[in-house]
Parts: sequence; C-alpha cells; structure tokens
Amino acid sequence: MKKAFITLSLAALVAALPGCGNAGKKGGSSGALSGNAAERVYVAPGEHDEFYAFISGGFSGQLAVHGLPSGRLFKVIPVFSQDAEKAYGYNEETKPMLETSYGFVPWDDAHHPDLSQTKGVIDGRWCFINGNNTPRIARIDLKTFETVEIIEVPNSAGNHSSSYVTENTEYVVAGTRFGVPVPQRDMPIDEYKGNFKGALSFIKVNPETGKMNLEFQIMTPGFDYDKAHPGRGKSHGWFFFTTYNTEEANSLLEVNASQHDKDFIAAVNWKKAEEYMAQGKFKTMPARYAHNVYSEETHSATSTMMNEVKILDPAECPGLVYFLPTPKSPHGCDVDPTGEYIVGSGKLSANVTVHSFDKMLDAIANKKYDGEAYGIPILKFEDVLAGQVVQPGLGPLHTEFDADGNAYTTFFISSEVVKWKLGTWEVIDRKPTYYSVGHLMIPGGNSQKPFGKYLVAMNKITKDRYLPTGPELCQSAQLYDITGDKMVLLSDFPTVGEPHYAAGCPADLIKPNQTKIYKLEENKHPYATLKAEDARVERDGKNVHVYMTMIRSHFTPDNIEGVKTGDRVYFHVTNLEQDYDVPHGISMVGANTSELLIMPGQTETFVWEPKNVGVWPFYCTDFCSALHQEMQGYVRVSPAGSTIPLKWSLDGE
Amino acid sequence: MKTQFGILIILIISQFGFGCGSKDNSAGDSSSGGGIIKTVPVKDLGIGPISKVELGDAIDESMAAKGKELFDLKCTSCHKTDKRFVGPSLAGVTERREPEWIMNMILNPEQMVAENETAKQLMMEYTAPMANQNLTEEEARSVLEYFRTLPADQNQ
Repeated sequence: MKKAFITLSLAALVAALPGCGNAGKKGGSSGALSGNAAERVYVAPGEHDEFYAFISGGFSGQLAVHGLPSGRLFKVIPVFSQDAEKAYGYNEETKPMLETSYGFVPWDDAHHPDLSQTKGVIDGRWCFINGNNTPRIARIDLKTFETVEIIEVPNSAGNHSSSYVTENTEYVVAGTRFGVPVPQRDMPIDEYKGNFKGALSFIKVNPETGKMNLEFQIMTPGFDYDKAHPGRGKSHGWFFFTTYNTEEANSLLEVNASQHDKDFIAAVNWKKAEEYMAQGKFKTMPARYAHNVYSEETHSATSTMMNEVKILDPAECPGLVYFLPTPKSPHGCDVDPTGEYIVGSGKLSANVTVHSFDKMLDAIANKKYDGEAYGIPILKFEDVLAGQVVQPGLGPLHTEFDADGNAYTTFFISSEVVKWKLGTWEVIDRKPTYYSVGHLMIPGGNSQKPFGKYLVAMNKITKDRYLPTGPELCQSAQLYDITGDKMVLLSDFPTVGEPHYAAGCPADLIKPNQTKIYKLEENKHPYATLKAEDARVERDGKNVHVYMTMIRSHFTPDNIEGVKTGDRVYFHVTNLEQDYDVPHGISMVGANTSELLIMPGQTETFVWEPKNVGVWPFYCTDFCSALHQEMQGYVRVSPAGSTIPLKWSLDGE
Repeated sequence: MKTQFGILIILIISQFGFGCGSKDNSAGDSSSGGGIIKTVPVKDLGIGPISKVELGDAIDESMAAKGKELFDLKCTSCHKTDKRFVGPSLAGVTERREPEWIMNMILNPEQMVAENETAKQLMMEYTAPMANQNLTEEEARSVLEYFRTLPADQNQ
C-alpha cells in the first residue's frame, strides 16, 4: 500500500515538474501553468534549480547566490565587506583584497553584477560587480565563487554606472555618478559647473585569465552618470551611459538637477577610443589606485598601488562621444538583444524613450547636430528617436528583454512591471510589485541571448509582506513567469541587503566547472604545511609561526608550549582533507579576529596576540565529523621573560 | 589470525542485512570455530571500483617510491606504518587484506565503512571514519605497492 502511494505521488510530481519542454515558449494568453504557482517554484529536496541568480547585496557589500525558480539562498559571496564567517578581510591572506588608496576599507555598497559574455552570450566564467562608495570593480571566479580581483577606479566618485561588460568581455566599464574635480583639489564647491569632471573608465579584461587592467578613462563633463550598457550585435563597439544633473547643480539636486526637459544618453564609441589610444592621443596623469589580486595557487592576495592612468579628452577626439537628448533624468540605459534599440527610462518622464542605433549613425554621418556641450556634439532628439512607450506608468527605472521582442520595464513610483513590444511600443501587460521596485532581471536579459522564462523584480520596500522584524525589514525579490503573454507572479523571497540589480543564467553554464577541492600538490602558499610530519612551531623574535595541519578530527600539533605574552602568534593552518565538502574551522580564545574556515587543501592564517599567562584552548569551528567535538588543542602561554622552550606535539610525539 | 576477515559467515549474515549487532557472531574471528555455522575463508575484495589487482612477483620500486610520496602527503595525518594512530597501523596490511580491498578502502571509503563488514568493524574499533583523499586508481595502486614494502606487523 505504502509503495503504491509512493509510486502514485512520484507520478504526480513528475507531471507537475516545471518547465517540461516548454522553456521560454509562449503558452497562450496566460502563464503556461498559472494557478499552480507553488508547483512552478517547487524544487524537490535533492533537486537542483534551473538557473543561478547573482543578486547584489547593496549596502551589505556582498553578492548573494540564489537558485531560480526556488529563490533558495546558497551562498553570500564576500566581495567588498569583511565577512567573519569566511574570514574574508580578516585572515592574513584576504586582507589585501580590501586595500585601497585610502588604506584598508572594510565595507562598500555593492550595486550591479554582470556576467562575462562571449559573442554576446553569457559564458558563466566570471561575475563582475561594482563598489559604489569607494569606487572599485570586483571579479568573482565562478569556478570557486570567490572574489579573486578588485581594482580601484581613480578620478571617480559614486561608481554607479558600472560594472557592465562588452559582448566579448573585452572591457568592464565603470562610470562615475558624481562629478568631481580631476585631479582632486581644494576648491569652492559652488564652482562645480564647468570645472568638475565625469570619468568613464574602461577596464580591459584578459580573455584567458580574466585579469583586469584600467586601460583608459574618457574625461567627460561633470554630469552624473547613472547607468550604462554596451551595444551588442550591430552596435557592438559602442557603450551607452545615461546622465542626469546636466544642470551641473551642486546642491539640492532633487530640485536643481530636475530643471532640464532632457538630459543625455552619452554614446561612446570605444572602438574609436582604441584607435585614439593606439595613435597615442591620450594624456597620462598621476593617479593612485589599488589593484588587488587573489591567487588560487598561494591562496593569498596581493595589493599593488598603481600610479598613473591614461586619459582621453573627447573634445580632442572627434567621433568619440555623442550626446542623445533623453527626457528627464534617465536611469536605466538598456540595449535590446538586436543592438538596435537603446532604452532610456526617464525617472521623471511620463514616457519611456527609445533611441534607434541606425538613426543615431545616420544623424552622425549627416552631422545633424543640435549644438554641443563641452566640445561634444549633441544629436537632435527627433533624429535619433525610435519611439516612445506612452504613459506606461510612473517613474520608469530599468528595462530588460526576452527573446521574443518584448521589453519589461520597472516603475518605481507606481510599483509595477510593464511588458511592452519593441517596435510597436504597445503595452501588453502590467503586474504590481510589492513594493517600490528598482531593477529587474531576466536571465540573459541584457545580452544577445535572453534565456527568458523568469523575471526577477527587486523591491526596495516590503512593509507588510513578511513577518515583521522590528523597524528594519528585509528587501525582496519577486519571481514572475514570463512564458505567456501575461506575466504571472510566482513567489516572493527576501534578499541580502539591498538588491540593486542581478544577473542570471542557466545553471548548466556554471555547474560543470566547479572547483571541488584545492589539490595539496598545487598548494603554493608560502606557509603551507603539506604533511603532518612537517607541522612545527618557529620563533622569529616576537613572532611565532605555527605550521599546523588539520584533518578529521585533529590538529597537528595540538599541544604547544613556549609561547609568551607579548608574542604575535601566526597560525598558518592547512586543511589536509582532499574530499569534497570537508572544510574545517579554527579559532582561539581571545583572538582579536574571526575564525578561519578552510576548504580542503587550502591554507589560511590568523594572528593571535596572547595577553594573559595560562593554558588556552583552540578548536574546530565547523562540525566536521562524529569526533568534531574532540578536535581541539591547547597553547601554553608563559610570562614574557620565561625561558620555557618552544615545544609542540600531537599525542606526545 | 584475529584479524583474518572475509569469511563465509559474513556472507550469510549479509543475506539478512547488517547492523543487527555482530557481537554474537564473532564476525572476523575465524578461529572461534565453535559456532553453529562452519566458517570457510573466502576472499574479501571490498566494495568499490577495483575487482582485480595484478601484483608482480617483485616489487616495482619506482611505483612504490611514488606511493610513499603520496602516502606521506595525504595519509600520514592519520596513519603510521609502525603503530596504531588515528587509524590502524599499516604494517603488514598486505598480509591481512586483499590488494583489491586495500585499494577499494582508499578509493571508496564512505561505502566501505557503511557496507563492508571488515571496514565496519574497523570503524567501530577506531571510531574515526576513513577520509576520502581523492586519489586516482593509479595513485591508489602505487600506495598499495608502497604498502608491500612495509615490514610485517611486529604485533602479529
């Protein structure tokens, strides 16, 4: 009887499995399976989600990895903020990742993740994300889901129109939100106009290694550069940035930066920029910025201070930048999969404005200018306009696309997502969000190949949506099925920090490439202990180096004597496990830092400065085996002048 | 003799499922003999990818040297070659166990300690489960060759 029941429920489950054979296809006038939203997001225990979603952690500084359609949270990748759970920014190996020209900065405001692409299609290799506050771009390796590189962006402030990649990941691009004096200097704030600058940074990405290099900056007028996207397909080679505050106001921007009927989308011809660079038309200026790189061989990061940057001045480089008038304080700057349409969502505009790339090229060819700004030609609005979506909602912010010629735009003020048709500009559907949606994400929705199927709307306000948690509430993501003509709200899940933006792709692009362990033979950490018999303790003046190993379920050594108050004790700990998912942790009573959480084959280091005489225990902090509670040890601490020699042992040996 | 495993009685027990307390059966002690079932030694090859190992008459020294290198790197946290440590001493292991069993224990320890009677007994005695150090079959084979060079267990 029991068996029959199981068979029956299995059959029911199979019948209810989401997405059987109709992925991305239209299913009639409503969602393919509307009315069974729970089944559409249910991923059975032990089953995997179909998509990865990388959702920005906003003011947490981190990047959250969720599965779609379940919304389950798998990992919070530490990027710009210290993370005591993983010792990121606390252990000796990763502290250099958070170095900047301002010194160690343990936090940032993470905004816009974007995935690497090859030929305009997401390739699942790297995820980039920008730090907004202390301008930086980070690269996350999707083999390890670790932050492996952070480059600071000089001459920039509020690194907001970032971090978007070109269609072969030639560049990751970062525009400044604030106009600032370049170089920085002591000057009156109200002399902003005409004096402040806006740097657009092009960071070259090595196609093999992913390693970044700040190739050049284009020094444009001191507008606020808000969002950006690359051209694709026929518009590959161009990059588009929305601007606001073309008024160049320096105070009460909510009024003073909302005066102009139209601001601009800046169209940057970066292929042209490469030509000017090759011709030597750049100026080199001093600039201090940190470049931090994590090595998977040494399991350690290094921070290098760079000292100059190459600058292109658009006034001296004809054909490099054009301004496309766009109403009013546009936020999102989104290019459709064909590369023809450039959508500017004017936050204060009643309409969504769409420019035509072909018309733009035509206007440029015929020099149909409507004046200039600081030497940069302004094209005529009517000459570049493809069309407008008329009064689709209030406060348009951001648009992504499916593979069927539809666009989806968020409306912050009216809290909704609106689906409309490219070319005819007709509104097809609208659905409420809960509440105050910022960005949205369709897997691949900012590439040549949208994967469709789902749309994730990211909300700033949740008010009554969840059990309350005092005055501070979570923000949220909402999942919509977009396989039908009408969108269907499927689920609603909390996010980490503020979900500014997200990137998503099919799990199959990432899953097969996972690093499962670090091979001991490849461990080049300078303080690694690859064999238990090499475990030892060495004194170098006041510095004591403990070369320690860990394996289920003991440390070698686990008894240490001869340490004195006033010493600085470095625990260099190597996890000798070579099996998947067997990390060990370690922490020492009174250590003024976080635990270590060490993956198989990896070496990490924490520092302990014993203050008191005594015998002090340490233990494994990650439940590793049935004998986890036995995985512990002692350090004897003697007075500063003691002559007790260094001694270490495991089981008396 | 005490550690002579791989006996018929185990196969019979296996018909009825494991984990029902093998104390009364004195499994693993073929010298007990007084049970109602007469025990006959059979080869216990373990469970895993290895079903047959060809051992040369002479030891392959270069393979054994590579095996020692791997053993030192990946196994010595828990095993010594002259005495019991976290896991059993490996002195004389090639006398006690079939070569296939040894390689399967290296390559497939999770299933071995769960399903192979000998490994289950060892697990109960030593309490720490054997870690899977992800050796390749070729690497496990060289570790086996190294084990052949070890002296016999002094305690046997």
